[in-house]
Amino acid sequence: MTQKILAKAAGKASVRAGELIMADLDLVLGNDITAPVAINEFPKFGKETVFDREKIALVPDHFTPNKDIKAAEQVKAMRTFAGDHGIVNYFEVGQMGIEHALLPEKGLVGAGEVVIGADSHTCTYGALGSFATGVGSTDMASGMATGKAWFKVPSALKFNLTGKLNRHVSGKDVILHIIGLIGVDGALYQSMEYSGEGVKNLSIDDRFTIANMAIEAGAKNGIFPVDEVTLGYLAEHCPRTPRIFEADEDAEYEAVYEIDLSAIKSTVAFPHLPSNTRPIDEVGEVKIDQVVIGSCTNGRISDLRQAAAVLKGKKVAPWVRALIFPATQKIWKQAMNEGLFEIFVDAGCAVSTPTCGPCLGGHMGILAEGERAVSTTNRNFVGRMGHPKSEVYLASPAVAAASAVTGYITDPNTIEEA
Amino acid sequence: MRVSGTVFRYGDNVDTDVIIPARYLNTSNHAELALHCMEDLDATFKDKVRKGDIIVADANFGCGSSREHAPIAIKESGVSCVIARSFARIFYRNSINIGLPILECPEACADIKAGDTVVVDFSTGVITNKRSGNTFQSEPFPPFMQELIQEGGLANYVAKGGIA
Repeated sequence: MTQKILAKAAGKASVRAGELIMADLDLVLGNDITAPVAINEFPKFGKETVFDREKIALVPDHFTPNKDIKAAEQVKAMRTFAGDHGIVNYFEVGQMGIEHALLPEKGLVGAGEVVIGADSHTCTYGALGSFATGVGSTDMASGMATGKAWFKVPSALKFNLTGKLNRHVSGKDVILHIIGLIGVDGALYQSMEYSGEGVKNLSIDDRFTIANMAIEAGAKNGIFPVDEVTLGYLAEHCPRTPRIFEADEDAEYEAVYEIDLSAIKSTVAFPHLPSNTRPIDEVGEVKIDQVVIGSCTNGRISDLRQAAAVLKGKKVAPWVRALIFPATQKIWKQAMNEGLFEIFVDAGCAVSTPTCGPCLGGHMGILAEGERAVSTTNRNFVGRMGHPKSEVYLASPAVAAASAVTGYITDPNTIEEA
Repeated sequence: MRVSGTVFRYGDNVDTDVIIPARYLNTSNHAELALHCMEDLDATFKDKVRKGDIIVADANFGCGSSREHAPIAIKESGVSCVIARSFARIFYRNSINIGLPILECPEACADIKAGDTVVVDFSTGVITNKRSGNTFQSEPFPPFMQELIQEGGLANYVAKGGIA
């Protein structure tokens, strides 16, 4: 499927794995960490302005609302560049959301499109059947200048999904399970392609979460077939006609994995690698100091609903800080209107404006030496959320919420519902 | 083009968060980034590293974030080359784009230890460990990539007409 999208974007009838191609881009993305570096590089390419002012998205989401003077200067450079070049899709705080939740919501990514983003989790948009991959700032600058990028066509791994997820198990558990199975470089340079009758049982939010963490297995991209669920989402958000590509019956894969969704349990990745996973019943006693629910991985409305279902009528353990980050303004408003904030605040959680802040140890929830967090984010590397001797345990929103209640990593099925 | 330097030796899955922690990403200043290079993995790196030194690591070097600040911090520290069993793909791309030479060579990685003196010839791909006397053949950079590295990265290369 990835190869077909790339062939089209390169103006070729077909491409094969390993081939180097030059592809047309539908969208180029950058954030407040990566865009400033790209903006510094941009003049070196010798173009007066960007290739298409509607096909660039600049989202200051990492250290915003600006955490310090240096961060404010970085965002100012972005804002100035956006103004100078008439870039339509610059999102100021107040409209801003976490980029990988925001762009699909704004209809900036559609099926079959080719997207590069100077952020490794750009692969999220594969949920919509697009080819989307993370690049660095120089590639972003080059993409803004030319509207093109070179790619080495990846080979593919197939994940054949069957069955249906159990209660309190979600897309996060699926992707943690898969990364635990294949390792943090198990899909290095490759495409992770999902298929099978189990796909229809995954919500679009589950698919965003699964595609989002393809990079944590080293993959170039993760991609889902376009089905009724995708088309329903796109009809609501994206004005462009979906470009639908399907994998051939006889498509070649480097490996095929059979994944029975009904056999997956809630899964937790222990420090300090996303592949260091354990099913919830093998976690043991792990006392925690902080819970983070949000991020480009798990800050969508269904994530917040899952957390709220567990937290309703409960209190956060007295030694735990529970922080909730709706990923966009729209999700924030929706959560408010649905009464989720009342549940969170009554339980003793803090609800924030959208930001990537704590996920990467930027701001809004930094860990001290020796502290432990259960987080719905995507990385648990050394020092990721703060002190190099702090620890991050990756989990689903339901596990994070249950852990907030007990103060230990907890199976949500053991929490009695209010 | 040849480089020679003392080796800093690291293991598997060296991620971009330890190469340059996100708490220092509120700047794009190269020299400032270099001050914190490898900080959460090897706090002594920045004081010990000398111009021309070489980093040797195992599998999946540079995994994680797309931050170009990671190869920038390494290059700005004076490191002349990174050799690993394998690299994470965005890091690989970023390194080439900013003109930091990186080579995949599992055989060399099995031989090279911390503190060894290693010589790398980019035109032939030959890696020589002065301590053990062993030489290893990595895939040499094609001429355009050697030129790109000499120009200091993709932007300068393109500006000079490198990609027609």
